[in-house]
Amino acid sequence: MKITFNINGEPRSIDTDGEAPLLWVIRDGLNLKGTKYGCGKAACGACTIHVDGMQVRSCSYPAKFAEGKEITTIEGLSQGDNLHPVQQAWIDEVVPQCGYCQPGFMMATAALLKEIPNPTDEDIDNNIINVCRCATYYRMRKAIHKAAALAKQNPSE
Amino acid sequence: MNTKKTLYALFLGICLSSLILWSSDDPTASPSAEPPTETKETPFDLMMQVLTHQRCVNCHPAGDRPRKGDDSHITRALGIPRGNDGHGLQSISCGTCHTTENNDYSGVPGAPDWALAPESMTWEGKTRVEIAEQMMDPQRNGGKSPQEIMKHLTEHELVLWAWEPGIDAEGLPREKPPVSKKDFITAVKEWIASGAIIPEA
Ligand code: FES
Ligand code: FES
Repeated sequence: MKITFNINGEPRSIDTDGEAPLLWVIRDGLNLKGTKYGCGKAACGACTIHVDGMQVRSCSYPAKFAEGKEITTIEGLSQGDNLHPVQQAWIDEVVPQCGYCQPGFMMATAALLKEIPNPTDEDIDNNIINVCRCATYYRMRKAIHKAAALAKQNPSE
Repeated sequence: MNTKKTLYALFLGICLSSLILWSSDDPTASPSAEPPTETKETPFDLMMQVLTHQRCVNCHPAGDRPRKGDDSHITRALGIPRGNDGHGLQSISCGTCHTTENNDYSGVPGAPDWALAPESMTWEGKTRVEIAEQMMDPQRNGGKSPQEIMKHLTEHELVLWAWEPGIDAEGLPREKPPVSKKDFITAVKEWIASGAIIPEA
């Protein structure tokens, strides 16, 4: 079936099996490889994207549901050359180890800060439940607080 | 040969006469009737077999997180707290992983309005009588009348999902409740129509 949506601000149409995971469409159909495949069963969060501003695990999201939606992947998180506060904080705190899980964590964090601009540790524990096999959780926590502070300095981001 | 025939006729005669004698004890009884061994399950019994099944209880858990699977386990990675409205938290909600239908690729179940029941409708660890009392109590059931409860149990897609539970992440079909959807719906309607009597504990 033909599915039409906006991805990272650009209109795209693609012919695909409507039941196929949106993750496959994004990676293999649109060649956007930033979003990762981890578990394939909505358990790890490596494939997290935003659909109409809400975080979604794209390995468990049929492509047909993307029709007419606004989709953001890690490639679209920044505004041109202006990094999103989450990306800047991730660089500042040198968060990644192997890096595989990190796009998913950054997308989950961006979604969190939109709802809770100044999250407590408890908010982070409850809302960020992705999995990092390199256990970079400690640095991530610091980066999430830093991203909240950066976003406050520059509220337009 | 003749002796054999005579013996055979004699044996047949004995069998027949004992059958006549036996049935003459109660001329109204059918020779094949067996005494009933099971008492018929009441509509309440049938309804509660479903409501206490894990397909229902997993989303009516004690505590704040959904149960998962046929063994009703809890995992942190998949255990998003109930939140204020049963749909999860501000940035991570049921809809982060679940859609309005089962997903055979990921094994993630789905149905319209996928959510946890409110805390006042915790069923896990409760008896059948406690569940029924709670379900019919407007203070705890969200102010629902018996008719509204009937509608919820017999028409809500999330409830009826129990009979279309799909496959899990290993590709194995999830267990369905032990009573068919048709019999469950009939039982609920009969129980409510006859006054929603909750038996003594
Ligand atoms: S790959 Fe989607 S949650 Fe793990
Ligand atoms: S940095 Fe390696 S899995 Fe998270």
